[in-house]
Amino acid sequence: MTDTRAPDLPRDPWAALRGLTHARIGLGRAGDALAGADVRALQAAHAAARRAVHATLDPARLSLPEPFIEVRSRAPDRGIFVRRPDLGRRLCAQDAARLPHAPCDVAFVIADGLSALAAARQAPGVLEAARAALPEWSIGPVIVAHNARVALGDEIGALLGARCVVMMIGERPGLSAADSLSLYLTWDPKVGRMDSERNCLSNIHAHGGMTHDEAAFRLAWLLRGARTLGRSGIALKDDSMTAHLPPPAP
Amino acid sequence: MVFHATLQGERYRFDDLRTLLARASPLRSGDELIGVAAADPVERVAAREALANLPLRAFLSESVIPFEQCDVTRLVVERHDAAAFAPIAHMTVGQWRDWLLGHEADAGALAAIARGLTPEMVSAVSKLMRNQDLIAVARKVRVVTAFRNTQGLKGRLGSRLQPNHPTDDARGIAAALLDGLLLGAGDAVLGINPATDSIETGMVLVRMLDEVRQRYDIPTQSCVLTHITNTLAMIARGAPVDLVFQSIAGTQRANESFGVSLALLDEAHQAARSLRRGSVGENVMYFETGQGAAISADAHFGVDQQTLEVRAYAVAREYAPLLVNTVVGFIGPEYLYDGKQIIRAGLEDHFCGKLMGLPMGCDVCYTNHAEADQDDSDDLMMLLAAAGVNFLIAVPGGDDVMLNYQSLSYHDILTLRSVYDAAPAPEFEHWLERMALLDGRRRVNANAPLSLPGFMDPRD
Repeated sequence: MTDTRAPDLPRDPWAALRGLTHARIGLGRAGDALAGADVRALQAAHAAARRAVHATLDPARLSLPEPFIEVRSRAPDRGIFVRRPDLGRRLCAQDAARLPHAPCDVAFVIADGLSALAAARQAPGVLEAARAALPEWSIGPVIVAHNARVALGDEIGALLGARCVVMMIGERPGLSAADSLSLYLTWDPKVGRMDSERNCLSNIHAHGGMTHDEAAFRLAWLLRGARTLGRSGIALKDDSMTAHLPPPAP
Repeated sequence: MVFHATLQGERYRFDDLRTLLARASPLRSGDELIGVAAADPVERVAAREALANLPLRAFLSESVIPFEQCDVTRLVVERHDAAAFAPIAHMTVGQWRDWLLGHEADAGALAAIARGLTPEMVSAVSKLMRNQDLIAVARKVRVVTAFRNTQGLKGRLGSRLQPNHPTDDARGIAAALLDGLLLGAGDAVLGINPATDSIETGMVLVRMLDEVRQRYDIPTQSCVLTHITNTLAMIARGAPVDLVFQSIAGTQRANESFGVSLALLDEAHQAARSLRRGSVGENVMYFETGQGAAISADAHFGVDQQTLEVRAYAVAREYAPLLVNTVVGFIGPEYLYDGKQIIRAGLEDHFCGKLMGLPMGCDVCYTNHAEADQDDSDDLMMLLAAAGVNFLIAVPGGDDVMLNYQSLSYHDILTLRSVYDAAPAPEFEHWLERMALLDGRRRVNANAPLSLPGFMDPRD
């Protein structure tokens, strides 16, 4: 193809601006439409996000150093799971009955959420860093939860007898990161807790997101704040996130 | 009131208007989620039969949400214009569907009845219409609004330029803004969804948008889509606010969960009008809505999500908005499961909004956990353009890097303009011409100048 642009222009005049945003700026045109390469790049990113949504969590490949307990929600498969958030918030009866009573300061749940990929890639590393950051805390048995929404942690935490539950859950995949993890901390977990009673750390991933160490560091801050206040949620966020949060990790 | 229908030898009973509407609604996951959808396709069609035989007058005596419990119901009752309703007062819903499609029901006739319609009537008739009916009637309706340009004229297709950035970085936003302007987008509004709730950030962004607009004398309006109370605070602090944005829903309780009330909307409407910043018109409000909003706020009263959506339009039309759009696929597959449901909902929302007298646009979009892709968005954008949609939202490459969903691209807007021979708002089109962004056939130039003079120059 002939380049009809003025000769003094560089080949990609957008190169400098691309550093300012991940947005897909300066894409090519074919007539009115996007250039074919840009169409395929978007399709590739979407395909990766779709794969993450429909992936299942394989606990054998999580390389967890300790034994873990596997549980399932009331949503029997991924198709029903995305349609019925209510089913993803409760344990199936069989698994609810066999969860042990194991009182502890904090229980960690590795949950697929909307990206099993995120749980598999980020959760073990965050868990390891969190253990190191919480030497004085008793930590309950690690739970691996399938077809899980955030609120499933409430029932798990209550059955275990945990003072606090941390859901390590895959976020809704975006095109720039299909493997981004969130941590939701809920003090005194029980069925019926509202979202305003939780604290969240999000965007934990390797593409410019929060690192595992930084996430663990911030989580430890929030956990100590929750223990002092005796609750989590909006009140804790105001106290801890603004006043006491350490500077971002280097 | 109890409704009955007999279909294929089976007698169906619907206990009240709310139930009848829900059972007649096309299948969607949100109605299944709250347990109001028809049990099967035969019950759905039976409900449509009963609905078709229902006199429109019945909607004036039975509410889906009690008057005492919801200020949206009270607003609808108080504002009902009996004279506007008169031409159709003798009809059933089924007869009205045929009347709407008739050639005598032209733009003037449809505009004349708008204030006589309740949201439930409009929702009801949409449930008796196929997709082509929703398009054929909507394209007859013209809703023209204006601020610094004129939206909704025949042969025009507006676009919102949405240059979002995950950390509200002003230079990142400016880069996406430049990209869109060079592709001819942004006549409906230059509108940023900020990532944070901060008033300071909102001030920075609204000033930046206004500086760009003034420097290049762009006949368009800007908006930072933050909570209405933040916008009021920004106005109080002297920010150059063109449009006041707010998400709204169809029940008082859902609006309360958004932190808004009719009184607050009144206050913001007056505050924005008092700034007198429009040059060719005084429509200063911008609303977004979407099926499922009231369900996700647990404020649905057992009413189907599409009827609740139309009730939001009754709120919107109180404030003579410049722009209203449904964010049709954003809320997720638990409300609209797949491309088929999203497309149908987009056409319903556009039709119902237009019939209610609103300047309807659409964010044609989907999330990555919905069973949809860019082909579904292509279908919906083409159908909405055929239906005469006022404006569509566009982002760089169709990928919103802040909200993590896919909308249309600036390029998609160019495709629609070519396919439908549509142009942006006339004032904005003249500006594109002045900036040498159009070629000899009035298409956005593929070899346009690669910057606006003095803007962040991509050649730097």
